[in-house]
Parts: sequence; C-alpha cells; structure tokens
Amino acid sequence: MTAASSPASTPVTGSGEQSRAPGHGFSWAALLFLGPAGLLLAVFIVFPAIYTAFLSFNRGRGGEFSEWVGLDNWIRLFTQDPNFLRIGFPPSGALWNNVLWIIFFVSFTVLFGLIIAVMATRVKYEAWVKGIVFLPQAIAATSLAIIWRFVYSPDPNTGLLNAVLGIANVGPLSVLGNPATVNWALIAVGIWGSVGFATVILSAAIKGISSEVLEAARVDGATEPQIFWRIIVPMVSLPISVVAVTLLVGVIKLFDLIFVMTTGGPGASSRVIAFSMYQEAFPSGQFGYGAAIAVVMLLLLVPVMIFNIRRFRAEAVQQ
Amino acid sequence: MTAMQDTTAKPEPRTFSERLARIVGRGPTHLILGLIALVWLVPSIGLLVTSFRPSADMRSTGWWTVLFEPRFTTANYERVLASEGIGEAFLNSLFITIPSTILPLLIASMAAFALAWVRFPFRDTVFLVIVAMLMVPVQVGFIPTVTGFRESGTGLLTNYGAVWLTHTAWALPFGIFLLRNFFITLPKDLIEAARIDGASNVGIFRTIVLPLSVPAIAAYGIFQFLWVWNDLLMSLIYAQRNAIQPMTVKVTQLLGTYATEWSLLSAAAFLIMIVPLIVFISLQRFFVQGLLAGSVK
Repeated sequence: MTAASSPASTPVTGSGEQSRAPGHGFSWAALLFLGPAGLLLAVFIVFPAIYTAFLSFNRGRGGEFSEWVGLDNWIRLFTQDPNFLRIGFPPSGALWNNVLWIIFFVSFTVLFGLIIAVMATRVKYEAWVKGIVFLPQAIAATSLAIIWRFVYSPDPNTGLLNAVLGIANVGPLSVLGNPATVNWALIAVGIWGSVGFATVILSAAIKGISSEVLEAARVDGATEPQIFWRIIVPMVSLPISVVAVTLLVGVIKLFDLIFVMTTGGPGASSRVIAFSMYQEAFPSGQFGYGAAIAVVMLLLLVPVMIFNIRRFRAEAVQQ
Repeated sequence: MTAMQDTTAKPEPRTFSERLARIVGRGPTHLILGLIALVWLVPSIGLLVTSFRPSADMRSTGWWTVLFEPRFTTANYERVLASEGIGEAFLNSLFITIPSTILPLLIASMAAFALAWVRFPFRDTVFLVIVAMLMVPVQVGFIPTVTGFRESGTGLLTNYGAVWLTHTAWALPFGIFLLRNFFITLPKDLIEAARIDGASNVGIFRTIVLPLSVPAIAAYGIFQFLWVWNDLLMSLIYAQRNAIQPMTVKVTQLLGTYATEWSLLSAAAFLIMIVPLIVFISLQRFFVQGLLAGSVK
C-alpha cells in the first residue's frame, strides 16, 4: 500500500482506534502472532518462487543453478515444444488445451450452475437437487477420475457410455484413447465435478433477488427466458464473475484429474500446463525447463491477483 | 408485510383447467431436474455397485445387470485393504491429513488475529501480500523445496515432514484471509473493554476471539481436511517413499498395474471417498458457510 493511502484509510480492519492511526510503532505481539506464518510463507512460498524465476534462465541440472542458458528454456517452450504449444490449424499442446478448458469448462459450468439454481428454486425438492449436484465437490479428483474412466470404458459390458451408445448401434468408442475426443471427454468430467459449486453460490445470490421484481416482470408479460436473461443474469452478474474467476484459477492449476484419467495422453494430446510442469520437471528431470512452465502458470494468475488486490483495497475504503 | 404479499403473489389457480395448465407447465422443470439428478448419481452408483460385485461378474456383464441378478460380495474391499496396501495407505492418509489440518488452523488463526486486532506498521500491506499469495500456484515451490529437502539430509521427503510443512505453508494464505475477514467482524467494544481491563493480546486471542470464531475456524478446518485428504499432487512430489504414501497416490499406482480390474479400482476409489463423505454430510452447514464466505466476500 502506498504512503498516501494509509493515513486516510484508517479503518481498513475496522479495529483501529479512531484517535490513532494503525501501525504506530513496532509491536512484539504482532511479531509473536505473525512469526510462524511469516516464516513458513517466506521459506516455502516467497523464497522458492524467486528461486524458480531465476532457475527458468538456467539449465537447472539437479534442481540447482548449473549453467545459465539465457532465454533458451523460454524460446523452446513457446516455439519448439509441440507438447506445450503448437501454433497451427488447429492449434494444440498443453497451453492450447488450457484455453479450451477456460472457454468451454468455465462457460458451461457457470451456465449449467445458473440454470440448475434457477430451476431448483421452483420445486420443493430443491435441497436434494443441489445436494446431489454438489456431492462431487467433496470427492477426491482421483476418485472422480476413476468413476469416469469406468463410465468411458471402451468395453460395452463395462462402460455405461458405450452400453448406451450400443443401444443406438454406435461404437464402441474409446473417447479417452482418441486425440480428437479426449479433451472434450475430460472437460465434460470437469463440468460434472464443478457445476455443484456454481449452483450453490449462484443459488444463494438468486435468493437475494426480490420476488417483487420477478413478479412485476411476469405481470408485464415477460417470458421465462426473458426473465432469465434480462433480469436474473444481470442481477447476479457479480457472483457470476466471482464463480467464473474461481473456476478459471482452478483450470490453470488443474492437475489431478488429468494425471489419473489420461496421464496427458494419448501421446501428449490431453496435457495441461500443470501436467507439463510436473512431467518436464520430475519424471524427465529438466528442472530449468519445468521452472519456466511454473513461471508461466504464475504469470497467467497475475491478472487475477491484481483484480483481487484492487477489490480488497476498494472494499477497505468503503468500510 | 402480508398486504404486500397479497398484491404481488400469483393468484391461486381457480378452475380445473388452470390447475392442469400449471402442472403441465411445471412438467419440463421436473423432467429436466430428474434427468440432472440421474446424470449426477448414476456414474457414482455404477462404481459403488461394481465395488460390491464378484470380479467374475464384473468381467462378463455390465453393473446395471444387478437389477436382474443381484449378487454381492465384500471380497474386493478385503483384497484391496489387505493385499494391495490400501489399508496401510488409509492410515497414511490420516497421518498426513491430521497434522496438515491442525498446524495451519493454529498458525493461520494467530496471524489473522494480529492482522485484525494488533496494531503494527504496514499491517494493510502485509494483508494485501497475503491476498496476492492466494493466487500463487504450488508449482513455483516444487523444484527449490524438493532440492532443498533432498540436500538437507533430514530425510523429510521420506518421513512425512515435507508433506506436513508444505501443506501447512500453502494453506496459510487462504486461512489467514478467511479468518482475518471473520475476526474483524467481532464486536470491537468487547475487545477494547478486555484491553482496558488489562487483558494481554494472548489472553484476548484465547478467551474472546477463538471461542467466538468457532464457525469460521470449523469451516476452514473442514476445507483444509478435505483438501489434504483429497490431494494427489503434493504427495506425489513430497512423499517419496512407498510406506508413507496416501491413498490417492496408491490408487494411481494400482491403476498402472490393473488398468481394467474395476472390482479393485472401484473399491479403492470408494475407500478414498468414505471419509470426505462422512465429514461432508455431517458438517455440511459449516462447509457451505465457508464456501460462501471464501468466494463471495
């Protein structure tokens, strides 16, 4: 925070005495209470992040600074590694797959969450519907991945998907074994796992819309789709953006689901950034290269970081 | 209030045809919600059923045939628990998760107290740095910490130490953020009064702030417990010995060995799920509160 803002915005925490601005003089109590957290954050987050940023310009043999290579890792990452990014038609690679995830996973999760939340408010078994859809939130991505590997199993005597397709005389398909379908199959699982989160948050927001507004619209002859798109969606736009940002952050950090369902395969066709980081740094032992990928992840999250900080400074001023 | 409702409420359907129109009008809603419930339940039920079917049946027919010929066994669970090492891994999961939940609860609530109720220089800056850290991905920590642990000669990578420390550190930004935002809503008069009565910061923290913040601390504790229990990545990196690996890691190894042994895999998958489901169902209220507080502040 800048010096200019601190004396003026005294009640950032709501706790400061009016007569004295917060933060006059050193406090042993603060050191005692913040010490353990500060130490852990410095040792395990701040220092490693700086080390990783420098390592991305190094060969990084054995995880140490072995040989400076300038921008080699970065140039390789964006121009010479089709597993990370291949610009062409259609584009492919881990970074591109994350783009697909961001576009399709985030928008469909929000849309389905909103639709389910709106529909559920009209029935008596609302809590049950929300509970059922929310349940995957409590489940490990590892278990979720096994549930869906089973559904997607190419054997129609095992996999539900191919059993259903078999009735229509289609298949059997190996959706996870085909580079053309694997990302869509994974995104579908991601949506299945996250719609409950969107539903619960958005449902709480929708409940906050006054029923008079909705009734007035109905009296004026608005149709249900009009009410949905012209009243409900604009009125919960802030919670929608918060849910979307949370999901977006989740996509950039996505790892467990991919690792258990496909290990990035077939080939490297379903890799995402976090998977590439793990794969290049650990099984392959290319630490400098892996460090560069970790830095890419951090850079992708910086806009969200700035957005959050702005939001909190704005709230602090309002308080 | 009642008068207001009377003017805005939809008139009750009076005639038979109006009532019929209303039921038919709601039909698609019920149908779609029913379909949604099916899509969300059936995959899990399929795996649950499979985990209790004899593996010979699993190989010859789909799980849905249990509707016509129900035959169940607990043999799959016995086998994964005893001979595939999932029993040991279950204990490892507990042994990883419990300290990795208690430590951040303690450390984050202390830090959050300082940020909410102790005055010191640059307090707001410190809090904004914590907010920024919420977004830092764990991946930026992997290489230096693994290297450091390995070279330190402490054996932390093979004795739970590394998993505990890193889970604790990475849980702090969210915990401090959540708890600080809860702590500042506590009544200021109460804390100032205690201060005038000569209570120390430690005393205020222990006797006023902690007891009044049980819902927030419980929500954070549940989150952290589920997060660590369900985590795969951190243990993959920081638990580098078979005997200390949690269930999530063990199950991915099983998957490598028995890619189509669904009887075993399904039983193992449900053993991972059982603890979170118990926690979630029994403490759902705190969980949803925490979720709302965490994302829509």
